[in-house]
Amino acid sequence: MNKIIEKKQLSKEVFLLKVHAPLIAQERKPGQFVIVQLNSEFGERIPLTIADADPAGGTITLIFQAVGKTTHNMADLNPGDQIENLLGPLGTPTHIEKFGTVVCVGGGIGVAPLHPIAQGMKQAGNRVIIIMGARNRELIILENRMKAIADGLIICTDDGSYGRKCLVTEPLKELCGGSPKPDMVVAIGPPVMMKFCAATTRPFAIPTVVSLNTIMIDGTGMCGGCRVTVGGKTKFVCVDGPEFDGHQVDFDNMIKRLDAYRPQEEKAHEKCHVDEALKGKK
Amino acid sequence: MSHRTREQLAAEAVELLGRIEGPGKPLTVRDRLAIPPQEMPQQDPVKRCSNMNEVALGYTPEQARLESMRCLQCKNAPCIEGCPVRINIPAFLAAAAEGKFQHSIDIIKKSSLLPAVCGRVCPQEVQCQLHCTVGKALKDINKAVSIGRVERYVADLERESGKLETPAVKPETGRKVAVIGSGPASITVAADVRREGHGVTMFEAFHKPGGVMMYGIPEFRLPKAIVQKEIETLIAMGVDVKTSFVVGRTRKLSDLIEKDGFDAVFVGTGAGLPKFMNIEGENLVGVYSANEFLTRVNLMRAYDRAHADTPIANSRRVAVLGGGNVAMDAARSAVRLGAQEVHLVYRRTEAEMPARIEEVAHAREEGVVFHMLQNAKKIIGDDMSHVRAMECLRYELGTPDESGRRRPVEIKGSEFIMEVDTVVVAIGNDSNPLIKQTTPQMVTSKWGNIIIDNKGKTSIDKVYAGGDIVLGAATVILAMGQGRTAAASINELLAEK
Repeated sequence: MNKIIEKKQLSKEVFLLKVHAPLIAQERKPGQFVIVQLNSEFGERIPLTIADADPAGGTITLIFQAVGKTTHNMADLNPGDQIENLLGPLGTPTHIEKFGTVVCVGGGIGVAPLHPIAQGMKQAGNRVIIIMGARNRELIILENRMKAIADGLIICTDDGSYGRKCLVTEPLKELCGGSPKPDMVVAIGPPVMMKFCAATTRPFAIPTVVSLNTIMIDGTGMCGGCRVTVGGKTKFVCVDGPEFDGHQVDFDNMIKRLDAYRPQEEKAHEKCHVDEALKGKK
Repeated sequence: MSHRTREQLAAEAVELLGRIEGPGKPLTVRDRLAIPPQEMPQQDPVKRCSNMNEVALGYTPEQARLESMRCLQCKNAPCIEGCPVRINIPAFLAAAAEGKFQHSIDIIKKSSLLPAVCGRVCPQEVQCQLHCTVGKALKDINKAVSIGRVERYVADLERESGKLETPAVKPETGRKVAVIGSGPASITVAADVRREGHGVTMFEAFHKPGGVMMYGIPEFRLPKAIVQKEIETLIAMGVDVKTSFVVGRTRKLSDLIEKDGFDAVFVGTGAGLPKFMNIEGENLVGVYSANEFLTRVNLMRAYDRAHADTPIANSRRVAVLGGGNVAMDAARSAVRLGAQEVHLVYRRTEAEMPARIEEVAHAREEGVVFHMLQNAKKIIGDDMSHVRAMECLRYELGTPDESGRRRPVEIKGSEFIMEVDTVVVAIGNDSNPLIKQTTPQMVTSKWGNIIIDNKGKTSIDKVYAGGDIVLGAATVILAMGQGRTAAASINELLAEK
């Protein structure tokens, strides 16, 4: 049982929970994630990256978008409520060292897991340029926190409601072609975004790390549900990742695997809304 | 084979027992050999395909007695040699034959901690029953005394009667032991160490303890209530069970000793990483490892589609690759999830299949179609990357390999297509890399299995290991046997100080 200490709504669908988890707070490193399950009997287990941690206070911060049944139910939780099962920190931590110039690209909710990595890269002495993208201004999260880390911050929205009206790949391409040329790119966001970020940096031969968030059950290497093809080989996101060389990942296959249960997931999420509407009527 | 109900089998047993006991004369060897092997009552094969309830219903008291009477009480007791934990089999059968069922289970429990589990899942036909004189005399291994079924009967009787007593625990010693994992090896260590009065904390990564008995073996073969009862007994003994705690990540193994003050650690983390065949199409949507498929069904309860949040594919035509118990479990689970056709594809013949004979028979009865001497060559997807078919190859048996089994050799040009929408790969597991990754000083084999000495100790002081993380994928009873050894060594270590 892990008690919720604080809750914030960052945008219409994006929520922040600060959760009591002293051991995870102590051990976690940038790039790692947890598995959350709200109900031991019938709940599903979902991976969520750790956005931040406070070892002294014994808390970790989870930022998530209410896109499915479990995240929707999580969004209904309040301070004082408990998360029944929280396992972590899982995955191999980000490889952080002084590379020189590091460009961190975050799309949508991907900015949350990017935050500790950008922080780590900065602390290691890198010049850190951050590109943040979202569909619209509403969905831009953690702007101030990222601004505090970044040596340069570029914001893009699809509809132009904030920052530049473009996809994140546009400024990324400019940076790759400019001087000093980035020594490393870290891209975290929707799979399609990561795919195109990798495609953008490939001609410039800039090492590009992506962080994958696939379907998982145990999160410890037992089930293999999270497997992806990297450089023609099967890798497990939970123990081999979650970070991989973006130039090697078969994103098309990964996207298809993420959609494996889309009809069931949509039905379950839809049911949440119906249940809620019915509750509201009473 | 026509299905005989439990009532029919019970009535026959009552009648036969009356006839045998009527004259009041001691049984001769000839009399014993003449008692027909008692058939295990089971759920009707048609009905059970649409429920998850246990298939084998268990002997009636008369059946248990009759089956036990078949034992010849051999002086040399070859059956004991075949038992990894050396249960005094003739003695417990003699007690059961007389109807002294409590005495019978007491004898078993001197050597085995999980009789209700082992009675159900042990591969008896290659252990105790392989050596049984009755089977040899009748020239049919299937006619050996059903030792496992009697074991199950007396264990169930005790549990269901509510007479199960919590084992006595000696006064607290103030020492404490960490047990990593909560499967059969770990349960054994926890119980044996706790009995000596040492504190025990058990760490489980999943949200429910029980290891492979919870996530792997299906309800229809091993009811989860039995596993839960074993865990409850540990808790009643004072074992602290911590779920959602993965040693290596939540806390390093070395920290348990250096910072948290554990005097010894047992690593029973089990087989991990599922093996794949490394063929084309293996990452298509609809290809599962057996671990994933069974975990979704069992632990996450995906079969209960109305309640479970965890989904599973609505498969119509399923292929399961492999010939072990896990392959049978996956195939039979697929039947129960409503698949119209379930195909089991194995590259050797049925004689080489490592699965228990009973599971193979049950799978057949439930309509699983067996394809022997065949194997997948590649998996073919549709334009949505969903499994559409599997290209297979035919095999023939060649010369024996290092395991002594004849090596399957592919027949060139024998490719054919099997149309399926789901493929479950059940060809075994590699060892889980987590402890090794996070405990670099731990010595492991080239396959990543932890290496132990004959006392169960690893290369690290105070750290012991057992079960599948040492053995590779093995059985509950072997895990329990290793747990016993490690627990004895831990108790010895803690007594020294």
